[in-house]
Amino acid sequence: MSRFVVRRIFSALIVMFAISILTFLLLLANGNQAARLAGRNATAAQVHTIEVKYGFNKPIYVQYVNTMKNIFTGQAYSYTQGVNVLTEVKQGLPATLSLAFGAGFIWLIASIIVGTLAAVRAGRYTDRILTVLAMLGVSFPPFFLGAILIYFLGYQANIFPLGGYVKFTTSPSQWFVHLVLPWITLSVLFIGFYSRVLRSTILDTVNEDFVRTAHAKGLSDRQVLARHTLRNSLIPIISLWGLDMAQVIGGGAILTESVYNLHGVGQFAAQSIANLDVIPILVIVILTAFAVVLLAAIVDIVYAFLDPRIRLT
Amino acid sequence: MATTSAPGTEFSDSLDAGFEDAGELPAGTGPWRLAMRRLRRNKVALFFGALFVLIVVLCLLAPVYAKHVAHIGPNTGNITGTVKVGGKEENIVSFTGIPIGPTWQSRYFFGADGNGRDTAVRLLYGGRNSLEIGAVATVITMVFALFFGVLAGFYRGAWDSVITRALDVVWAYPAVLLGVTLGTVFATGGVGPIHGTFLLVPAIVVGIVYIPYVAKPVRGQVMQLREREFIDAARQQGLSNRQIMFSELLPNLSSTIVVFIPLILANAILLEAGLSFLGAGVQPPAPSWGTMISDGIASIPEAFSNVLVPGIMLVLCVMSINIFGDGLRDALDPRAKVRIAH
Repeated sequence: MSRFVVRRIFSALIVMFAISILTFLLLLANGNQAARLAGRNATAAQVHTIEVKYGFNKPIYVQYVNTMKNIFTGQAYSYTQGVNVLTEVKQGLPATLSLAFGAGFIWLIASIIVGTLAAVRAGRYTDRILTVLAMLGVSFPPFFLGAILIYFLGYQANIFPLGGYVKFTTSPSQWFVHLVLPWITLSVLFIGFYSRVLRSTILDTVNEDFVRTAHAKGLSDRQVLARHTLRNSLIPIISLWGLDMAQVIGGGAILTESVYNLHGVGQFAAQSIANLDVIPILVIVILTAFAVVLLAAIVDIVYAFLDPRIRLT
Repeated sequence: MATTSAPGTEFSDSLDAGFEDAGELPAGTGPWRLAMRRLRRNKVALFFGALFVLIVVLCLLAPVYAKHVAHIGPNTGNITGTVKVGGKEENIVSFTGIPIGPTWQSRYFFGADGNGRDTAVRLLYGGRNSLEIGAVATVITMVFALFFGVLAGFYRGAWDSVITRALDVVWAYPAVLLGVTLGTVFATGGVGPIHGTFLLVPAIVVGIVYIPYVAKPVRGQVMQLREREFIDAARQQGLSNRQIMFSELLPNLSSTIVVFIPLILANAILLEAGLSFLGAGVQPPAPSWGTMISDGIASIPEAFSNVLVPGIMLVLCVMSINIFGDGLRDALDPRAKVRIAH
C-alpha cells in the first residue's frame, strides 16, 4: 500500500513538473516577448531595456527557475498591467469559491435525483424525456444560457440583477440574489453530464450479485436502491465532482464568470487573455492544473484504500 | 474505464453457441447490420441525425444564399443603408446605433448586427466555420488519440509510461483554459508555421485538447484486446507488430471510433464557440457562432435576436449531434460506457 502511495505521488510530481515546464515554454519562451511588449515602433535600446528588466536575456532555465520562484513566493507581476498576479487571484477567490460551492451543491444533488429517476424508469417515457433534457443541458454553452437568463429574468422581468458580485459580508441577501443565475448557468451542463453517468452506472450496478442478494434477503426495492445500488453507483460521481470542483475553483468557470461579470479568478484570466497578458494566464493555468493533478492523485489513493484490487495495476 | 467492445461480439458468440446443436447455421447477420437495425428503430436519434444533416447542408449553401437571396457578403457592413420592409424604407442601423431586427424577408431575414451586416448570412457562414473547425479538430483528435492509444496499449512498458504521463499532462489542464492558453500562444508568438489569425488555429487548439479523453480509453481497450486469441493467431502467422496494429487491432476498435466521433465533434464545436467568445478562437471579422453570440451579448438588451439566432443554431447543432451519437452508441453496443469528462 505504501509503495502504491509513494508511486502515485511521485508520478503526480512528474506530471506537475512537466506541466510547469510546458506552460512556461509555451507562454514565455515562445516568440520574442520583449519586442512584443516594447511595441511596434520601439528602438533596439528600448527592447534591450525590457529584456534586461524582465530577464529575457538570461538563459532559458534561469528564466524558468525565476518564474517558478516568483509564483511560489507571491512575486509574480503582470508585464502589461504591473499588478501582482497572486493578489489579484486572491481578490477573485471569494467570488469564484461562492460560485463553485453553490453550483457544485446544486449540480450534485440535482444530478443524483435526475440520474436515479432516469435509471429507475429506464426505457420508459420519463427516462426518454430526461435523456433529451440531459442532452439539451450538455449542449448549452454557459455564455448563451447566461445571456438568455440575464435578458429574460434581468432586463425583462427585473427579478435578478444583470451581473456583478456582492460580498457575503456586505449583504448576505444581495450575495445570494447575485449568485442565483450564475449557479443555475454553471450547474446545467454538469447536471446533464453527471445524470447520464449516474444512470448508466446504476444500470450496471443493478446486475451485480450483491444487489440480487439484497433483493433475495427481502429488502424492499427502495431499500435496495438507497442502501446498496445508489451507494455503489455514487463513487464515480463523487470523484468526478472532486476533479470538476478543482477546475471550477481554478478558473475553469471562465465562461460563466465572464458573462455574469463576477470578477472571479476565471474572469481575471479572461481579461488577461483579452490583453494578451501572459503572466496571469501562466499562473492561473499552472495553479489549476496542479490542483487537478493533486486531487486526481488523492482520489486514486482513497480508492486504493477502499478497494485493494486497484493497487495491483 | 470507458471502453466499448466490438459491436455485438458477445451477442454473436451466444448466437453461435445456441445454433450449434441445430446442425446447420442460418445466414449470419453482421454486427454492423445488427447495429443499423437497432439504430433504425430509434426514431428520436434518426430525427436528430436528419436535423444535423440539414444544418450542415444549409451552412454549405451559405455562398448561394448570400449571392442569390440576401445579395450581401458575410463581412460587408452597411451602416448607412436602408432596407424596404413592408413597403417602407427603414434604416439598417438606426441613428442611435440599434440594428434592425428580423425582417423575415430575403434581405436581413434575421436582422442586422451593429455594423449593418446581414445576420442570416453571417449565421450560415459562421456555421460553416464552426462545423469546419469542429470537423478538422475531430480528425486531429481521433488520429493522434488512436496513434498514441494503440502504441501505449500495444507496447506497454516504457512507451506506455511516457505516453500516459504526457496524456496526463494535457488532461490536467481544464479544457477551456488549455484552449485559451494555446489560442493566446498562437496569437502572440506562434509555434513554427502555425501563426496568427489562420482559421486552422482554433481547430488545432481544440483538436489537441481532446486527445487524452479518447487516447486513454483506446489504450485501455487495446490492452484488453492484445491478450485475446486472435492476436496470438496473427502472431503465429508471422504478422509484424505494425500489421497486427493496423489489420487486427484497428478494425476491432472501429465501434469505439464511431462512437467517439460524434462525442468529440459536439464538444469541439462547443469549445470552439467558448474560445471564440473569449477572443481566443476565430478572429474577427470572420464569423463563427461563438463570435456572433459574443458580439450579440455586447448589444443586450437592444438587439437580443443577435444572441438568440446564433445561440439557438449552436444548441440545435450540438444537441442533434449528441442525441444521434447517443443513439449510435446504444445501437453499436447497448452496454458501452463511453463518455467524455470536461
